[in-house]
Amino acid sequence: MRGATHARWAACAMAVALATTACGGGGDTTGAGGAVLSSSWTDPQNPLEPANTNEVQGGKVLNMIFRGLKQYDPRTGEAEDVLAERIETTNSRNYTITVKDGWTFSNGEKVTARSFVDAWNYGASLKNNQKNAYFFGYIAGYDQVHPEQGEQRAATMSGLKVVDERTFTVALSQKFSSFPDTLGYNAFVPLPRAFFDDHAAWLSKPVGNGPYTVQSYTKGSEMQLARWGGYPGEDAARNDGVTLKVYTDNNTAYTDLMAGNLDLVDDVPAQQLKNVRGDLGDRYLNTPAGIIQTLSFPHYDKEWTKAGSVKVRQGLSRAIDRDQITRTIFQGTRTPATDWTSPVLGAEGGYKAGLCGQWCEYDAAAAKKLIAEGGGLPGGQVKITYNADTGSHKLWVDAVCNSINNALDNDRACVGNPIGTFADFRSKSTTQKLSGPFRAGWQMDYPLPQNFLQPLYYTNASSNDGKWSNEEFDKLIDRANAETDVAKAVQTFQQAEEVVRDNMASIPLWYQNGSAGWSDRLSNVALNPFSVPVYNEIKVG
Amino acid sequence: MGGYVVRRLVQMVPVFIGATLLIFLMVNVMGDPVAGLCGDRQCDPATAAQLRKEFGLDKPVWQQYLTYMANLFTGDFGTAFNGQEVTELMSTAFPVTIRLTVVAIVFQVVIGISLGVVTGLRRGRPVDTGVLLLTLVVISVPTFVTGLLLQLLLGVEWGWIRPSVSPDAPFGELIVPGLVLASVSLAYVTRLTRTSIAENRTSDYVRTAVAKGLPRRRVVTRHLLRNSLIPVVTFIGADIGFLMGGAIVTERIFNIHGVGYQLYQGILRQNTQTVVGFVTVLVLVFLLCNLVVDLLYAVLDPRIRYA
Repeated sequence: MRGATHARWAACAMAVALATTACGGGGDTTGAGGAVLSSSWTDPQNPLEPANTNEVQGGKVLNMIFRGLKQYDPRTGEAEDVLAERIETTNSRNYTITVKDGWTFSNGEKVTARSFVDAWNYGASLKNNQKNAYFFGYIAGYDQVHPEQGEQRAATMSGLKVVDERTFTVALSQKFSSFPDTLGYNAFVPLPRAFFDDHAAWLSKPVGNGPYTVQSYTKGSEMQLARWGGYPGEDAARNDGVTLKVYTDNNTAYTDLMAGNLDLVDDVPAQQLKNVRGDLGDRYLNTPAGIIQTLSFPHYDKEWTKAGSVKVRQGLSRAIDRDQITRTIFQGTRTPATDWTSPVLGAEGGYKAGLCGQWCEYDAAAAKKLIAEGGGLPGGQVKITYNADTGSHKLWVDAVCNSINNALDNDRACVGNPIGTFADFRSKSTTQKLSGPFRAGWQMDYPLPQNFLQPLYYTNASSNDGKWSNEEFDKLIDRANAETDVAKAVQTFQQAEEVVRDNMASIPLWYQNGSAGWSDRLSNVALNPFSVPVYNEIKVG
Repeated sequence: MGGYVVRRLVQMVPVFIGATLLIFLMVNVMGDPVAGLCGDRQCDPATAAQLRKEFGLDKPVWQQYLTYMANLFTGDFGTAFNGQEVTELMSTAFPVTIRLTVVAIVFQVVIGISLGVVTGLRRGRPVDTGVLLLTLVVISVPTFVTGLLLQLLLGVEWGWIRPSVSPDAPFGELIVPGLVLASVSLAYVTRLTRTSIAENRTSDYVRTAVAKGLPRRRVVTRHLLRNSLIPVVTFIGADIGFLMGGAIVTERIFNIHGVGYQLYQGILRQNTQTVVGFVTVLVLVFLLCNLVVDLLYAVLDPRIRYA
C-alpha cells in the first residue's frame, strides 16, 4: 500500500518535473528534450582531469565523456577493446598498440596515437600534480618524469613512442602481462589538443570522445551532459542526456527521488535501507562492487610482529561474526568476505570464494583458543582506529568490537578508536603512527586480482600502510605479472593470496555492494563493477 | 557620531586578526590535508610534496598565516583543492545564503514582532498562552527535525514544494527553508517583544501619550513599539551573523549550495583555504552587524545618541 501511494505521488510530481525540464532545458542540441534523465552527484574533489580523478564522482563523468583503448564490460568486468585495434607483445614488456580508425573527439579532432602519448606523458609528469600519476609507473622512463625525490629530469617518458598516426609503442620497465587489461582505467584515456592549448577552458567544459558531451557545467551544482550524435562507438547513449545534480546529502537525493524531482540515485542512504523495498519495489538494485573492507595491522609495530601474532590475528578474524553484522548493520548491502579480492572479478578473473577458509568463519571457542595460544592480545586490548566524519564507520566498528568481546568473554578486549577527520586518519595510518588494527577500504582501479594484492601487500607498495612484507608473496606477484598465460597468472596470484591468508596480513571483512534506486520513467538500469550506473544503457520513458 | 563609528571600526582590527588566526590554527591542528586528498590510498610522496608546495603547506604555520593575510589584502583568498578560486566559491555561495538569511529575517521581523505585540498587549489571555506554548515547542524541537518533517510532509507527501532547492535558489524556493532556519530565533523574537511590550505598557511615557489623547495605533507604533524594540534589534542584529554561519543544517537538508554547504564540504575535505576564507568573511559580517546594531540604538533611542 505504501509503495502504491508513493508511486502515485511520484507520477504526479513527475508530470510537474517534466514540465519544468521542458521549460528550463533550453539549448538541447539533440532536440528530443524529454528523454533526459537526472541523477544524483557529489562535487568532484579534484579538477576533472583523467589522470587526476581518483574518486567515483569524477570518474563517473570521465566514463561518460571518454572512451579509452579498452573498457570493462559492465556485467563481466572483462576488459574489451574499444579504441584499440590491436595490442601486440612478444615478451610482456614491449607493446605495440594500434588505434582504430574513424574515431574523433566531439570537437572534430581525430583521435590518434599522439592523443594517447601526450595524455599519458601529461599524466605522469610531476609538475602537473596528477594524483593518478603512479598508473604510468610501469612505463620505462617514469622515474625520470616523476622521480621520488628532487626535480623532474625529463619532459616525456622514454618508453612511449609514436610510430605513425595510428600506432605507438610502449616499453615497460618490468614484465607485466596484464598491462593491456589495465588500459580500461580512466587515467589512460586520450586527450584532445584543446586540453593542452587552453587548459582552463577545457576544465570548465571538458571535451572528450565518449557517448556524451558536456553541455554546461556549473561547478558545485550541476553538469548537463547531452548525447553526442557523432559518437562512432557501438555503445552510443540510449537516452538523450543526463543531468548530474550535486546533492550535499544523499538523504535529500533520496527524498527528491520519492517526490519525483530526480530519476536516479546511485547511493541509497543507510537510513532508508529499511524502506527502500517498499518505496521502490523492483526499481532498486544492490549488487557487489569491486570494493573490499578489511582490518589492517601495524606490521611495523613489534607487538604485531612477534611470534604468535599470526595466531592472534587469525583469532580476531574468527571472533568476528560477519554474517550477523552485514545483516543487521548493513541490511544486506555488504557480503561477508571469504577472500581478499572481490566477486566482481568472477571465478575466471581471479575471485576464489572460500579462499580464506575457516579463518573467516565465526567460531568463538576457536577464536579464544587461538588468541590464547598466540600469547593474548597485545597490551590486553585492541583498539580499532577509524575516521568518524564520514561513512558511518562507528556503527560497524562497534559491532565488530562487540562480536570480539562476546567471543572472548571480555568486555574490554576491543574498543573503537575514532579519529575526527578522514585526512587526519589517513595521515596517521600512512605515516605509521597507529598501534592497533585500523579500518582499510580498497576500491579497485581495474578488475584484476593484481590490483587487489600488489598495491596493498607488496613490500613498500603505495597503499601498504601496515608495511607488511613477505618475500614469498613478492616473488609470487612478480612471477604472476610476468606470466603470459592468463589462467596461470590468475593461479599464481591466488597462490600469493594464500600467503596473505597464512600470515593473516589483514582481516577481510566484507565486500561492499553498489546500490541504486530509480523512478518509473527509467528502465535498463545497471551498475558496473565500479558501482557506477551504466548511463548510456539507461532508457527513458 | 562619526568619531564613534571610526573608533568602533578600529576596534574591529584586533578582533579580526585574532579570529582568523584562531581558525587558521584550528584547521592546521586537524592534520595534514594532503593525506586525505588521495582517497583510501597514499598519495605518492613526490606528488604530495609538490601539492604541499603549491598550497604553501610546507612552510611553518606562522609563515602560512602571514602570507595568507598579505594575500587577503589584495583580494586573494587562495585556491580550493578542486582548483577553484575561493573567491569564485564565495561569489556563488554568499548570494544564496544572503537570500536565505533575508527570508529568515523577514519571517522573524514580520511574524515574530507581530506575534510579540499581539501577545504583549493581551498578556494572560488565551492568545498569549497559546503563542507562548507554541514558541516553547518550536524552541525545544531541534531544527533538523522541523526541517526534515516539513520536507517530508510538504515535499513528498503533499507535493506542495520541491524537497530540494535548485542551484539558482530563487526566493520562492527559499520560503520553507527560510522559515525552518528562522524558527527558533522567531520564537525568541516573539518572546522578547512580548516581554518588552508588556513592561513598557505601564511606563510613564505611554501613559502620557494615552492621556494626550493620541490614537491607540499611534501610541503603540510610535511610542510603545519604538522603545520596546531595542532588545529585539540587538537580538536580530546578532542573529544575522549567526544565521549565515549556522545555516549548515538547513542548507544540508534542503540541498542549498550556500555558505553552510561550502563550509561543511571544506571541513570534511580539510580544505584550509575554503574554511579560513569563509570564516574570515563571516567574522566580518558578525562585526559589521554588531556595529549596525549599535548605531541603530542611537536611532531608536535619542538618549543614547546624546550620551
